[in-house]
Amino acid sequence: MSDVTDDHVFLSLTADHGDADARWAFGTGFEDPLHGVDTTVPATVDAAELAACCLALGDDALVGAQRLAQWCTRAPELEEEMALANIGLDLLGQARLLYSRTGQVDGSGRDEDAYAYFRDAEDFRNVRLAELPNGDFAFSITRLLVLSCWRLAVFQRLAATAPDPVLKAVAAKGVNELAYHRQFAADWAVRLGDGTEESHRRMRKALAGVAPYLDELFAARPGFGIDPAEVRKETTAVLRQVLDAAGLELPGAEALPGQGREGDHTEHLAPLLAELQSVARAHPEATW
Amino acid sequence: MVTTLDERRARHVAGQVPDPELPMLTLADLGVLRGVELLPDGTVVASLTPTYSGCPAMAEMRADVAARLRAAGFARVEIRTVLDPPWTSDWITPEGRRKLAEAGIAPPLAAPRRTGGPVPLRLSATRRAVACPRCGSSDTEETSRFSATSCKALWRCRGCLEPFEYVKEI
Repeated sequence: MSDVTDDHVFLSLTADHGDADARWAFGTGFEDPLHGVDTTVPATVDAAELAACCLALGDDALVGAQRLAQWCTRAPELEEEMALANIGLDLLGQARLLYSRTGQVDGSGRDEDAYAYFRDAEDFRNVRLAELPNGDFAFSITRLLVLSCWRLAVFQRLAATAPDPVLKAVAAKGVNELAYHRQFAADWAVRLGDGTEESHRRMRKALAGVAPYLDELFAARPGFGIDPAEVRKETTAVLRQVLDAAGLELPGAEALPGQGREGDHTEHLAPLLAELQSVARAHPEATW
Repeated sequence: MVTTLDERRARHVAGQVPDPELPMLTLADLGVLRGVELLPDGTVVASLTPTYSGCPAMAEMRADVAARLRAAGFARVEIRTVLDPPWTSDWITPEGRRKLAEAGIAPPLAAPRRTGGPVPLRLSATRRAVACPRCGSSDTEETSRFSATSCKALWRCRGCLEPFEYVKEI
């Protein structure tokens, strides 16, 4: 609450007057993205498994979106900056839906903001690949390619077999978006890998940087009987297809100890979250 | 199904609400208005579906539909969100496509078919026949797969040399 007397100027803009002209900006007055969706959890669904699955996929998306947003004002071309930000926006939307679902089923009743802004690094369940710094454009493209291939394989399975109708619908919606992201990343991987000597060298370096984080994607189970071995097979097949066309190879690498899904993170996640959460934590009850 | 006059009126009112980002289209043209129903207790239930998961205009659309219905005399309005089946660009109506083209925005080609197996990847440069909405030339090229809103890409016409926006097929 505030004792500033000219608050009414802003209240008049944000209040719902039932007047179609009363809007003043998109992105204000957020409400539950599952508003008006039937959110009953079927009796046969294991709520703990559902919550863990939604949280892990939500964390991958939020952290991935934040890294993509960090390209704003730094991308090599305006068009690519717009592309990376748009992909981040899709992922942010997926994160919002998944966090809302988590709060409905984990018994805490928390809203999406509680998951995004009021948890610390050790509470996040994203894979570490998502949190690594952006590096150069080649690294960001390589990471995006790997994560979109993997997430698409998982979402396709959830869209077909997830026993929870909300998660199933969120996944079905995500499939179209992720296929578009993957295509964007694949186009660039081929262009860079099969481009100049310098761009090829950078792609090789990027693949070497990504390789130690791959096992973690397939070790972690998103849940509901999805076979990680099947996801690995599909993901690596698509990656090989792209890398072949790009004149590149996926290098082998020893997997790193620990699991992001168990809360083991690199030193890069905490600073990312500190920036992401700073405004919400400075003004915890603020609406705008 | 029995459709009362009031229900038809509610449907008409909700169907006329413009999209906040593509105001030349109504929400019905865009295919995000999934249904309007009048319950026996007088409540109007309008169902909306988001175009993209992260569509920032969704809250705006809900508020707009509710406000228009209230202004039309329906005191009790409920907005439901429908996620399944997901929206694709195929939901844009023929009327919507015509309005887009008139406004200089190329309407989407048919969305890729999903058959249930792995989503195929396209690495060869298959040319899509997007016609220039200004001069009609099919000598066009994509300049960016993304644009100012989630639902559009940037194209350029090699005939009249004008850039134009294209609603992504998704």
